[in-house]
Amino acid sequence: MEFFIQLLVNGLSIGFLYGLAAMGFVMIFKSSSVLNFAHGELMALGAFIFLAMITWAGLPVYLAFPLALAGCFVLGFVVERLFLRPLIGEPLIYVIMLTVGLASIFKGIMLFIWGGNLYTFPDFLPAGLAIHWKSINIPPVYVVSIAIGLTFLILFGLFFKYSSQGIYMRSVADNQPAALSLGVHVRKVFALSWAIAALVAGMSGIVLGIINGINVHDLSSLGLKVFPVVILGGLDSIGGAVIGGIIIGLLETFTGGYLSTSLRDVVPYMALVFILMVKPYGLFGLVEIERV
Amino acid sequence: MADGVLLQLNNISVVYSDVIQVLKGVSLSVGENHIVSLLGSNGAGKTTTLKAISGLLKTENGKVTDGDIVYRGKSIQNSPPETITRQGIIQVLEGRQPFKYLTIEENLRVGTATRWGKPYKKDLALIYDYFPPLKERRKALAGYCSGGELQMLVMGRALMAHPQLLLLDEPSLGLAPLVVMEIFRIIERINKEQGTTIILVEQNASMALKIANYGYIMENGKIVMEGSSADLKENPDIKEFYLGMGASGDAKSYRDVKSYKRRKRWL
Ligand SMILES: Nc1ncnc2c1ncn2[C@@H]1O[C@H](COP(=O)(O)OP(=O)(O)OP(=O)(O)O)[C@@H](O)[C@H]1O
Ligand SMILES: [Mg+2]
Repeated sequence: MEFFIQLLVNGLSIGFLYGLAAMGFVMIFKSSSVLNFAHGELMALGAFIFLAMITWAGLPVYLAFPLALAGCFVLGFVVERLFLRPLIGEPLIYVIMLTVGLASIFKGIMLFIWGGNLYTFPDFLPAGLAIHWKSINIPPVYVVSIAIGLTFLILFGLFFKYSSQGIYMRSVADNQPAALSLGVHVRKVFALSWAIAALVAGMSGIVLGIINGINVHDLSSLGLKVFPVVILGGLDSIGGAVIGGIIIGLLETFTGGYLSTSLRDVVPYMALVFILMVKPYGLFGLVEIERV
Repeated sequence: MADGVLLQLNNISVVYSDVIQVLKGVSLSVGENHIVSLLGSNGAGKTTTLKAISGLLKTENGKVTDGDIVYRGKSIQNSPPETITRQGIIQVLEGRQPFKYLTIEENLRVGTATRWGKPYKKDLALIYDYFPPLKERRKALAGYCSGGELQMLVMGRALMAHPQLLLLDEPSLGLAPLVVMEIFRIIERINKEQGTTIILVEQNASMALKIANYGYIMENGKIVMEGSSADLKENPDIKEFYLGMGASGDAKSYRDVKSYKRRKRWL
C-alpha cells in the first residue's frame, strides 16, 4: 500500500509536468493549427537557461527560477516573431517543417554550448519540504513539482476563463475570421501563445531537470512525449492536455514500479496507439457542435 | 452631399488571388448617421464590398487594386483589419459566425478587443437591454443557440466595440419573419439611439428599404442603380425584381431569364 502511494505521488508530480508542457503545445495548436516539433527543445532550453543562471551567474534559486521563466517567455515571443510570423498564410506543412528545423537548430546550439553531458543540480531545495509518513518518503522536488504544477494550472485556468486576453485567445482558436472582424489582434495572439507555450515548456523542463538531471538529448526526447499526452487528452483541449499528462505520468510510474523500468518509456506510446484506435478524438477532444 | 459624409468609395476595383476581378469600379457614399442599404442578387459583390471597407479582404487574398476608400477624410483601402476596426468600423459577417465554444457573455466580451482598457460591464447591460433573450442565455455556449439568438449575439458583439460605422451582412438570412421584424426594429433603434451609421446588405429588399435612407443596387460587381429608399420603392424595375411584385401581379424570382436581360439594361 505504501509503495502504491509512493508511486502515485511520484506519478502525479511527473504527470503535472507533462501536462503543463502539453498545455503549451495545445495552445500553439489551437491558436494557429501548428504542431510544434520543437517543444522538447523548448523544455531543454528552459532547463539550460536555469542552469546557466545558477552556475554561471551564480544567482540564488528564488531569483533564477522567475528569471529563467521570463527568459523562456521572451524566447517564445522572439521565435514567433523571427521564424513563424513570416510564414503566416503559407501552407501549414511548411510551418510544421519549420518547427522541425527549429528543433535541430536549438539542439545544435545547446550541444555547442553545453555538450551532451548530464548536469545535475546541487541539492538546493530545503529538506524540510520533504514529506515523511510511515515508510512513505516523498522528496522535496516532487512536493515542489506538484505545488508548481497546481499553481500554474489554476493561474492559467483563471487566465483563460476570465481575463480579456484569455478570452481573445480562445476566440481566435474558435473562429479566426470572426475574431479578426472584431479587431482581435490575431498576430499578437499567436505571439502570446508561443510565449506562454515556451514558458510552460521551460518550466516543466526546469523541474524535470531538477528531478532527473539535465541532458540535451533526454529533455529533447521528452518533448516527443507530448504527443501521447495530447492525443490522449484530445489535441484541441487544454484541460484534456493536463489530464492526459497526469494519466501518462501515472502510467509510466506504475509500469516502472510494478512491471519493469525498461517498459516505462514504451507504455505511453502503447496507450497512444490504443486510444487512437478506440477514441480518435482523444478522451477530451472537442465534440464538433453541429447545430449551427 | 459633401458634408456629413462618413465614408466614400471612389471607383474601387477588387481582385482576389491577383486574377479574379470581382468589383469593377464601385462608388458609393454613406452619410453620417444614415442607414444605407446595399441590395443585389447572389454573387453581385455585396460581401466583397463590405470586406473591402473593413479590411477583411486581406485574409482572403483579395485586394483593392484601383480607386480609394475614404473614411473621415482618410484613405483606408488595404489597411489591415486591426487598424480599421480601431477607427470604429466593425463588420458583422454573413452567416453569423459565433465563437461556438465560448458562452454568450464571453462572445460579447470579444467585442471589446478594440477598446482601451477592455471595459465590458456597463456595455453588457446595454446589450442585454437591446437583446433581452441574450441575458437569459448568457452562460450558454453559443454553439447551442438558435439562429435568432445568434443574430442578436453577433450584432451585440459588434456593438460592444462602440462602432461608428456598422457593416451588417444579411442579418435576416434564414430567420423566421417575426424574428426578422424584431432584428430590423433593433437595427433602427441602434441607428437612432447610438448614432451608429449602418451599411445594410440584404436580400430582403422590402425590409431593408423600409429602414434605410438610401439604397444602392449592385449587379456583377457594379452599382447599377441608386436612390433614396422612397424612390427605389417606386421604381418599376425594383418593384419587379427585388420587391417581388411583377407587372402582372405575380412574384418573380431573381433567376428569371427575363429579369437577367432587363438588368443588363442598367449596366
Ligand atoms: N475569396 C474569394 N476568392 C475568389 N472569388 C471570390 C472570393 N470571394 C468571393 N468571390 C467571388 O466574388 C463574387 C462576389 O461574391 P460576394 O460574396 O461578394 O457576393 P455577394 O453579393 O455577397 O453574394 P451573396 O448574396 O450570395 O452573399 C462571386 O462570384 C464569388 O464567387
Ligand atoms: Mg454575401
